Amino acid sequence: MGLELKNLYDDFRDADTIKAYAKIIAEDAKKLTHPINIMEVCGGHTHTIMKYGVLQLLPSSIRFVHGPGCPVCIMPKERIDHAYVLSRQPNVILVTLGDMIKVPGSNGSLQDARSKGADVRFVYSPLDCLKIAQENPDKTVIFFAIGFETTTPMTAALLDTVIAQNIPNILLHVNHVTVPAPMRALISDEACIIDAFLGPSHVSVISGSKIYEEFPRDWHKPVVVSGFEPVDVMQSISMIVKQFIEGRCELEVEYKRAVTREGNLKAQALNDKYFRQVDFRWRGLGDIPQSGMGLRDEYDRYNAEKIYDAILPKEEINDHKLCICGDILKGKASPPQCSIFGTACKPSTPVGSCMVSSEGACSAYYKYGNLV
Amino acid sequence: MTKTITLAQGNGGEENNELIKKVFYKAFKNEILERSEDAAVIGNLAMTTDSFTVSPLFFAGADIGKLAVCGTCNDLAMMGAQPKYLTCSVIIEEGFEVESLERIVESMRSELSINGAVVVSGDTKVVPKGSVDKIFINTTGLGEIVQAGISSNNVSEEDVILINRDIGCHGATIFAAREGIEMSSSLKSDCNSLYPQVKALIDAGIRITAMRDATRGGVAAVLNEWARQSNVCIEVEEDKIPISDEVKGICEMLGFEATALANEGTFVLAVKKEDAQRAVEVLQSFEVCAMASVVGGVSQKYPQKVILKSPWGTSRFLETPNGELLPRIC
Ligand code: SF4
Ligand code: SF4
Repeated sequence: MGLELKNLYDDFRDADTIKAYAKIIAEDAKKLTHPINIMEVCGGHTHTIMKYGVLQLLPSSIRFVHGPGCPVCIMPKERIDHAYVLSRQPNVILVTLGDMIKVPGSNGSLQDARSKGADVRFVYSPLDCLKIAQENPDKTVIFFAIGFETTTPMTAALLDTVIAQNIPNILLHVNHVTVPAPMRALISDEACIIDAFLGPSHVSVISGSKIYEEFPRDWHKPVVVSGFEPVDVMQSISMIVKQFIEGRCELEVEYKRAVTREGNLKAQALNDKYFRQVDFRWRGLGDIPQSGMGLRDEYDRYNAEKIYDAILPKEEINDHKLCICGDILKGKASPPQCSIFGTACKPSTPVGSCMVSSEGACSAYYKYGNLV
Repeated sequence: MTKTITLAQGNGGEENNELIKKVFYKAFKNEILERSEDAAVIGNLAMTTDSFTVSPLFFAGADIGKLAVCGTCNDLAMMGAQPKYLTCSVIIEEGFEVESLERIVESMRSELSINGAVVVSGDTKVVPKGSVDKIFINTTGLGEIVQAGISSNNVSEEDVILINRDIGCHGATIFAAREGIEMSSSLKSDCNSLYPQVKALIDAGIRITAMRDATRGGVAAVLNEWARQSNVCIEVEEDKIPISDEVKGICEMLGFEATALANEGTFVLAVKKEDAQRAVEVLQSFEVCAMASVVGGVSQKYPQKVILKSPWGTSRFLETPNGELLPRIC
């Protein structure tokens, strides 16, 4: 791949454009009749907001509520324990994506498993499992799949290849989740304070903007599908503020450069072929019906969860008593309100998973937030 | 601290510091060690040691041999010392090709000559397959101090902070090589001997307060160490930090921060304000330092902290990198 990425971000970090948006938002915000709470559903946005100091550019009437948006943050401990147990099986190579290996389960993290001798690897793309499987024909490669709509098609593509090429030593442990389901769960809550949503663009590149149509229509919450660069986020905030002062409530797309209403139909078809909606227990949020994507029964022989069923722990495990990750993921609390934030819980010794993922709300606050 | 050693404890960041303090400093406690400099200063001599493991062994811009000489010589250079004598000790995995070994040793030889240093003692061990990853090299270096008093404990408000070249090339190159990311670009490691640059600065009469090469933990780790050791606040302008487009691209793709990436020929300097411009000119006379630049200053705003200021007027702390460098999920 050629590294011509420069044009992808250069304009979107332009200082003058960012300052210009800050001005427009400040002017418009004067016309607001009440403060607005915007939930950025995705941790990637939390990260942008904290890393680029977006809050410092906004009037106090624009507030952010950090959403459940990271598959690492929302992974319940018992599922991390699954990965841990699987990694400790003889002749198993456990493969997963980036940050996942740092998340502590009840026995420790995958990183700890690795320091005890387990073969745990992280990859950039699920397809990298193919090479690992080929180089280790006498081992079973178990891919611990995580992620939202963005990463699901890549897992599907992996399984597609495994089946087409009849590869005997790759299994999947699937933990994919969807974005609209938790949004729905959050606004059904009585105590919900969310006025509008910032939708992650990469999810809509795959699933289209259509997945958010119900929110303005049925729930009266505007949604703006936004890119991840600071200019994207500033523009999206401005779009949300404009909706409020003009009395509109709509689904709008800021990230027009890659998002359509329908999304990537090929990727969606691949997802449908291998996955179906299942209930999923979210860390901090509890059970959310039809919020996960599980392997269809036809593919049981590739399903590590079924194959290793006998040895996988079943009991649900809740977070540490003092950890308020649940409230943070619901938008009811912000990280500094946690009594152990930055003391007992910090990135090097995370207690809850919001601190573990580099995109988790607590970690973002810890790293960048203390100047605000 | 964890019960067993994790990879994160070798990252040059927070966990690494904790391990060193709680295990090694505790046992070895003495005045020289506790100064935590790049090299120990004993009279007019500087002494340092380092072990090198890298995968792959050969990569764009260098190999483990060049690394093993540069790394140790640079630690000496950072104390204003000219590298003179090195030891070289290798642990080799059974089955390693002699031809590769010869290539590695040849690149050590050529790098030694750039520094004007010689290897005066060594050791070789061969261990059964699987006991080490191909080859580990340790080098210890002794240097003669040319300019005394350089210390990362002395950074003050009279200083400005400079970086000699674009950051992150080594880390980005290694990641790209390891992950098989093909590059149509000229990205290569910055691995390079720094003594020639240091000598030029000293010869030009630049008043250097502190120097440190930004290896594991990157520029972010160096700035934080200085802020802590000198009890000052270091304020850096984000857009003044030199970063090549290739490195920016890799960081975008993998979700890394260039300031946390390892370097092998990049160093941070604190020099007296009045000498800043001339220091930049001296550095820029070296081809690899075309992007040398003043990146920030020193204040008392938040002692022991590093502030990163964005071009649009916001600021945040730049923290010491922690954990293993892991790519973002999507
Ligand atoms: S992993 Fe992806 S979807 Fe999740 S928070 Fe990060 S960027 Fe967003
Ligand atoms: S600071 Fe730690 S314990 Fe507290 S909510 Fe965040 S992750 Fe949970």
